Amino acid sequence: MSVDWNAFTPWSALAGGVLIGIAAAMFALLNGRIAGISGVIGGLLKPAPGDVAWRAAFVVGLLSAPLVYSLFAVLPELHIAAPSGTLVLAGLLVGIGTRYGSGCTSGHGVCGLSRLSPRSLVATATFMGAGFVTVYVIRHLLGI
Amino acid sequence: MLVIASLLAGLVFGLGLIVSGMANPAKVLGFLNLAGPWDPSLALVMVGAIAVGLVAFHVARKRTTSLLGAAMELPISRQIDRRLVLGSVLFGVGWGIVGFCPGPAIVALGMGQVKAVVFVVAMLFGMGIFELFERRKQAVLMRA
Repeated sequence: MSVDWNAFTPWSALAGGVLIGIAAAMFALLNGRIAGISGVIGGLLKPAPGDVAWRAAFVVGLLSAPLVYSLFAVLPELHIAAPSGTLVLAGLLVGIGTRYGSGCTSGHGVCGLSRLSPRSLVATATFMGAGFVTVYVIRHLLGI
Repeated sequence: MLVIASLLAGLVFGLGLIVSGMANPAKVLGFLNLAGPWDPSLALVMVGAIAVGLVAFHVARKRTTSLLGAAMELPISRQIDRRLVLGSVLFGVGWGIVGFCPGPAIVALGMGQVKAVVFVVAMLFGMGIFELFERRKQAVLMRA
């Protein structure tokens, strides 16, 4: 393993992480809920009365973040290398997997670990492990 | 009030993802690429978020209603089962293929990225497939 010191951005990573933590704290203390993005979105697909507005509002907040950010600074560029077919495959896996496993990087990773949940620790270790292996296979074995 | 709090939490969450660089799949893949030139930034995002989250959930756990008077809906499940692990594996593989998890994908959608549209549509489709299977399983259980 060699650290890519040019790519490493410790301060903005920490600052952004603190913001994410504040958002999760707001959602837990004000709304009494877990800021798990896959759960918030997934619940919109089986709409229950009184359950749609807050979910939709959270998604609108996420969607409008780039606009709000752009009022203060220049938006960073994104690099999405994958072609469309690959995006579809990955999207399907992320959609099914996060719902079947009851959470993603936010729900299990941020909130679950903050709650010291053994269940979320297992989930986080599993999806990170699967992510490490997948990138290893794609970049180092297949050489794509 | 709950809807406004939800909107703000989503917004702050999204800003955190942009500030931390995690809205950019290339940056996430830089973290998942353990064997290559490794970018540890994502680990520091988790550190920042969990540092705040630990305090927030410590407080939230003791409450019976939220600060806005809503019921606390924090998870109670402690079961570590096949669903949790298998779902997390599927998610991790999808995450490793493209570098998108649900939150950053929605933020990238807010940036108007066409590739994010493709990914999010596929992700919603995957979540829909999960719902259909769950409903069918429920129907079978009801008949039994």
